[in-house]
Amino acid sequence: MRRLIVTLVALVLPLTLVALAQEPRSRTVILSTTTSTQDSGLLDVLVPMFEKETGYTVKTISVGTGQALALAARGEADVALCHAPALEKKYVAEGKMRDRRLVMYNDFLVVGPEADPATIKGETSVVAAMKKIAAAGARFVSRGDKSGTHALEQRLWKEAGLTPATPWYIESGQGMGATLAIAHDRQAYTLTDRATMLAFAKRVGLKPMVEADKLLLNIYSVTEVNPANGPKVNAAGGKAFAAFILAPEAQAVIKSFGMDRYGQALFVPIAGKKDEDF
Amino acid sequence: MDVLAEGVRRAVGLLLGGDPEILEVLWLSLRVSGTATLIALCLGIPAGAALALTRFPGRTLLVSAVNTGMGLPPVVVGLFVTIVLWRSGPLGDWEVLYTPSAIVLAQAVIASPIVTGITLAAVQNVPAMFRLQLLALGASRVQMVWVVLREARLPMLAAIMAGFGGVISEIGASMMVGGNIRGQTRTLTTAMVLETGKGNFDVAIALSMLLMALVFGINWMLTTIQQRRVL
Repeated sequence: MRRLIVTLVALVLPLTLVALAQEPRSRTVILSTTTSTQDSGLLDVLVPMFEKETGYTVKTISVGTGQALALAARGEADVALCHAPALEKKYVAEGKMRDRRLVMYNDFLVVGPEADPATIKGETSVVAAMKKIAAAGARFVSRGDKSGTHALEQRLWKEAGLTPATPWYIESGQGMGATLAIAHDRQAYTLTDRATMLAFAKRVGLKPMVEADKLLLNIYSVTEVNPANGPKVNAAGGKAFAAFILAPEAQAVIKSFGMDRYGQALFVPIAGKKDEDF
Repeated sequence: MDVLAEGVRRAVGLLLGGDPEILEVLWLSLRVSGTATLIALCLGIPAGAALALTRFPGRTLLVSAVNTGMGLPPVVVGLFVTIVLWRSGPLGDWEVLYTPSAIVLAQAVIASPIVTGITLAAVQNVPAMFRLQLLALGASRVQMVWVVLREARLPMLAAIMAGFGGVISEIGASMMVGGNIRGQTRTLTTAMVLETGKGNFDVAIALSMLLMALVFGINWMLTTIQQRRVL
């Protein structure tokens, strides 16, 4: 028994030391972002570029947009890359965040089963399509997780003047991939971003129903955390990341990202543009 | 079913090919959960032995608390450890949130009650007369506890297995306090959730096979030690 314990300690102690060795935080930037940027793989390309260029180490915390912005607004991150313009502007107005600038957009689409029970295929107005879904009582799966996608969906219901209700309205409370899988299983409509839909196209038999409405533009912005939020905010690191993602090199990467895998770009870079341009 | 068959096929390919990213994730999981289990053993064995061998007011309450702790939901631990480690939290100055150390901390919190509870039960199973006999033969208190622990070593190996098995397969706490950062805090379970979210079911299946093989291998090793001297 004693030998066993000694062996165990000898094996595990060095591991403890390795696990506890940390790099200093001042060279670390915490990037608070949404699941869609992570799931698309874009950050796996951009983050190493930034680290190489600046020497910073990035900790990417990828959660729903609501949580990502709430963490940033609390000073628990240094910079946010999110897609909920209204919420971002609110935090900037409250002085918790600052310097919100547009980075890129992709678009959302309403997808649904081939049978199209609410006959919305080809509808040009997404609000009209939502009204038809509700009127037909056709199943619709919502993210229900305060993500950027969920925020947009709620806005669409509001514009349609409707309050979606059970039993046809299903809240998944999960990420986009899981939500698409549930919608496929229930033969339901759902609102999805194009990148996730393309990633799941092989396994999810849902078809695009409504797209290219101006309301379906999904605009990503970079917003710095106001260092007034706490002494530990790495303001210089946050600023450096914002400058990096808006610079021509990163914007060029964004422009071609996804071509090799899906045959079409997933995002359109828009650094320098304003909200009014859309 | 094709997804499963295709997934298993690609999984075997990924594992045999020794994909460096998968190996890195495997190594981190082993390191973090091994360390957390070790910490839990250091805390749980003395605590469990002390609870088993002493009588004091409120003991039943404490033992009930330990038994409840054995089923502590990882996501609850994750939430509280995150809040404590936030920059604005009481331990914010440690600056360990979103590092492997944070996962070690959370997993140690999860595993400690498991180790304590099993040690408690194991030591209580050693007959009280045996302890009296040891003291009568002139053993000091420390010697008595050591011999009793030796007597209870077989069920206590179960404590290691339960503690390690619990934390290496836990997801809620690792995700919250680690942040699932590529190359830094991505463990087997958080990688599995991410790959499923991306639609890469084959990689997710590969990771789950790896996790199960790992837990089986470690349990096999410990069971071999445990059963060796039992006839």
